[in-house]
Amino acid sequence: MRSRYFMALAVAVLLSSGMLMFATPPAGSGSISGKVTYTGTPPKMKPIDMSKEPSCAKQHATPVLTENVATGSGSALQWVVVYISGGDQGSSTPSQAVRYDQKGCQYLPHVLPMQVAQQLQIYNDDQTSHNIHPLSKVNPEWNKSQPPGSPPIDTKYDKPEFVPVKCNIHPWMHGYFVVLNTSHYAVSGEDGSFDIKGLPPGKYTLAAWQEQYPAQSQEVTITGSETKTVNFVFKVLPY
Amino acid sequence: MTLKKLAVTFVLGSMALVTVGATSVLAQSHVNSPDPALGTPNVATEESHIGALTGHAASGKGLYRRYCIGCHGQDGNGEGMNAAWIDPKPRDFTEATFKCRSTPTGTLPTDEDLYNAVTRGFVTTNMPSWTALTPQQRADLVAFVKTWSPRWTNGKSGTPLNIPPETAITIESILHGRELFQKLECWKCHGPAGHGDGPSAITLTDDKGNPIRPYDFSSGSRFMCGVTNRDLYRIFMTGLDGSPMPSFADVVQPNDAWDLVHFLRTLQPFKTQETNLWMAYKASHGSTLKPIGPDAAPGAQ
Repeated sequence: MRSRYFMALAVAVLLSSGMLMFATPPAGSGSISGKVTYTGTPPKMKPIDMSKEPSCAKQHATPVLTENVATGSGSALQWVVVYISGGDQGSSTPSQAVRYDQKGCQYLPHVLPMQVAQQLQIYNDDQTSHNIHPLSKVNPEWNKSQPPGSPPIDTKYDKPEFVPVKCNIHPWMHGYFVVLNTSHYAVSGEDGSFDIKGLPPGKYTLAAWQEQYPAQSQEVTITGSETKTVNFVFKVLPY
Repeated sequence: MTLKKLAVTFVLGSMALVTVGATSVLAQSHVNSPDPALGTPNVATEESHIGALTGHAASGKGLYRRYCIGCHGQDGNGEGMNAAWIDPKPRDFTEATFKCRSTPTGTLPTDEDLYNAVTRGFVTTNMPSWTALTPQQRADLVAFVKTWSPRWTNGKSGTPLNIPPETAITIESILHGRELFQKLECWKCHGPAGHGDGPSAITLTDDKGNPIRPYDFSSGSRFMCGVTNRDLYRIFMTGLDGSPMPSFADVVQPNDAWDLVHFLRTLQPFKTQETNLWMAYKASHGSTLKPIGPDAAPGAQ
């Protein structure tokens, strides 16, 4: 008797949660995907000499390369932030934090996109002290020491900005916080590909940002739940 | 004839131009002439509060034009006429990023911090001490400087760091401070002996990309943000914003901070209680001291 009662209750709960899911459908089901590539000869990424920081140097079997123009096969361009700069801005700030790591005297990931006011947690996974120094201009600039074993630094940015991040102790460490007004964004992978999902129908301006070359944008119209293919090509120079 | 007429017109015209130019130069050098272009609309309302003093931006404007504009510029961005010949560069007030603060990194300084900076000047830079101005004038200047960035209207100063009373100066305190100097890797920039020659020193730049030197403790020069032990405590705890010097407030406990202060004093070429204790200890225990620097760093072989 009792177990049957529980079964009925479970079924009811399952049904109602299912109905809830139907009641609030995802914001949109259109998407934009594509590939970021380059034309021209990209600058050679240089091997980083970490011999001054043995605890980091020994974490890398082969020297780490600089990442300001990171390329892949098929002329792919990595670390390009593709985001909606005009049109539906998507959902408000998520409660989930984004994570930034200092590991092996590198910033992981090299480019970290986030939304305005989203919680940002910065970890030092190394055995050495880092000072984390985001060189913001629009947002207040700060600079904090983070010795090994320190708790993560909890922070956030209130205004959209592309913030270069550096460590003054290890001058080869470079990264970016990309603070955006939108929840519709993606970073191009090693193969240059990106994928922005959950777009409601409408007209959009799609922007592509790379740390060294001028930003680009394209107009895209999404109807229904289609997947549009949009590609970006950056002209690069060998120096 | 026509040619002559043209020539006359030209001469008259250039004379007029010269006159206009001279007038504008004169106007600029005039102390209190109204110039709506200087500063922002906040000039009318911005105030500073230093103790019982209230500074008014409107009064500070003329003083700025007389005393500050040459280096800090008519737009407050540190690009005055003299700036090209100055190193380190004059402060860019439009960024509202200041080195000497009692407040946490990333926050605005208090009015008092700015007043102290104007009063003290910045040793080893071109910024002199402005004690020649009256306290009221300095307060007025502080109010005016705050008109250059919207951060002053939209936000308020940070909460000053609480500095507990100084702990006793003992050899234990100094030795622990020395351990922290190693562990927190102060030596990476300031050098194992505090000479400002650590492995990263040569690579340092300020937030505008200009080369900048870490403080050399052996130089005997005053600190940029004050002279006392409390000032020294405040400097490394709040950091010098806009420079490579980070804040240690989140990672160093107050007692440890005082230990570090006591050790840092031993790096200076002064006869202080700290140096006396340290010299005596080194004379008897010198050989047992582990050297500071990369050999003692974690991960080193």
